[in-house]
Amino acid sequence: MGAFLVKRMLFAVVTLFAVLTLVFIVIRIVPGDPAQVILGDQADATAIAALQARLGLDRPIWEQYVSFLTGAIRGDWGVSLVTGRPVIREILDVLPWTLELTAVSMVLGTGIGVPLGVWAAINRNRMPDYVTRIGSLIGLSFPPFVSAILLLIIFSLALRWFPVISGNRATPWAWFQSIMLPALNLGLIMAAYITRVTRSAMLEVMQEDYVRTARAKGVPWTVIVWRHALRNALIPIVTIVGLYLGILIGNSVLTEIVFNRPGLGKLIIGALNQRDYMMLQGMMVIYTLIVVVVNVLTDLTYALVDPRVKLS
Amino acid sequence: MSLSVYNALPAAPRRWPWLHNTVKAFNANKTSWLGLVIFLLVTLLALLAPWISPHDPLEQNVFAKLKAPFENYYLGTDYYGRDILSRLLYGAQISLVIGIASTVLALVLGSMIGILAGWYGGRFDIIVMQTMDMLLAFPSLILGLILVAMLGPSMTNIILAIALTSIPSFARIARAPTISVKQREFIDAGRALGFSDARLMAGHVLPNIFPEILVMGSMWLANAIRTEASLAFIGLGVKPPIPTWGGMIREGFENILDSYWLVLSPSIAILVVVFGLNILGDGLRDAIDPKLKGER
Repeated sequence: MGAFLVKRMLFAVVTLFAVLTLVFIVIRIVPGDPAQVILGDQADATAIAALQARLGLDRPIWEQYVSFLTGAIRGDWGVSLVTGRPVIREILDVLPWTLELTAVSMVLGTGIGVPLGVWAAINRNRMPDYVTRIGSLIGLSFPPFVSAILLLIIFSLALRWFPVISGNRATPWAWFQSIMLPALNLGLIMAAYITRVTRSAMLEVMQEDYVRTARAKGVPWTVIVWRHALRNALIPIVTIVGLYLGILIGNSVLTEIVFNRPGLGKLIIGALNQRDYMMLQGMMVIYTLIVVVVNVLTDLTYALVDPRVKLS
Repeated sequence: MSLSVYNALPAAPRRWPWLHNTVKAFNANKTSWLGLVIFLLVTLLALLAPWISPHDPLEQNVFAKLKAPFENYYLGTDYYGRDILSRLLYGAQISLVIGIASTVLALVLGSMIGILAGWYGGRFDIIVMQTMDMLLAFPSLILGLILVAMLGPSMTNIILAIALTSIPSFARIARAPTISVKQREFIDAGRALGFSDARLMAGHVLPNIFPEILVMGSMWLANAIRTEASLAFIGLGVKPPIPTWGGMIREGFENILDSYWLVLSPSIAILVVVFGLNILGDGLRDAIDPKLKGER
């Protein structure tokens, strides 16, 4: 297991390095001079030159690249062009909001998706199977902002169960009210996805010989399904849950906008609107870090779920 | 000649083998027909938009702002007094053009990368696919919106950004079957005849793996339409006043407290198209690989 993890960690470092390079390139493919774009058409040449010097844009490209990489590793991600505060501070201020939302959504998504998928698989080609298949296809068809708006209309505007804008989180009930709808939105879409993966993984496992053997020797059906079969179906499910994080982060941007909730999503949209390149660069670094960390966590989970992984 | 010998002869080649195979694939899961009908219907409505729209989608009627359906404004009007139905019909054009163009672009480039990686294998394959995996791991919507914001929200740039984010998926889909087709006898035969690699890949590998790529194409088309709407909702769509579904929802969302129905019709339009394409792709995949039934 040690060798397996070392190999995965090395891959994570390589990924991080490669994506940082990609970030560096993407930020610089913008047509025209960033300093000119930031200051506008009316800016005079000295102001542009000054900003170029401040951003380090006057230095050779490889030097910019090296200082970007070392800065990214040291946590020095530059200063926001709009607020003047360090980018890393701005990000760390709102990061807990997004992490909290993502975590609750993941719990909801797997908590709803896995049991539904198992239920569909053991009732293959019967009513529960058809209902879950159509239901999950509908869930997959929702753009996340559309479902978010529908939830907002139903539960906040029509039923008035939740406040439209929820800033107050002093009591546990207020916290619950502020996170429930956004997390439900992300969780339901994720559950649609997880249901399908669980169903096909379970269908595959249920055909294995050991399931038949267990049935033949009289192991109770629920024990077979939930202990023997599901345990073996968990590997593909864990893979997908880990991979799904990329989609979840994208969806959370849209959800944060609809529910007017602070977080990375609102921060990145603000940075895009104000052309805050330093902030965008920092945001891409943090997204990459999150993805890489989750990939490593996914690998660790493999080892926990499946003892056989330790051998490879 | 006895009848049994006659029966043992191979069946006469069908005149339209691809048509026959396609119909067979659609029949494997009847819901794919429903998906196809939905998609063709929306395409038809989009094409006919200039003739069937009751109003000019840009025409503002100052006397009828934010009205519920009345007279020949069948779905009501928006904040500027523009007819919502007409804007929906024209918006379908934008969604379909961006969706189809970006999917075709990603399909062509992604399949080329996947076939090359699968065909040559070895170190080339490892490097290419690791790169694709890294792109795949990065949140695609974020990458898309940063690209569009950097390049500017024009139709071409939106198409490029959406295509770029879906290339890795097509590369993955094309690579796996290429590796298995590569080992078949007819490839050896082609080699023995002195065919070039390019000819073998384009003329013999591609036709064999094309159905799988195409099925994924229909699901990725759904994804592209959803992404375009998401970008437009964020404000990175084709520039207003050109109607887009995501843009209509964005404008409607600003008035959600007093006229929530503004967001409903474009939302339903997106849902119907994406759902249609999803059941189309889902059903067709059952036909191609019954083992995969229901997996995504």
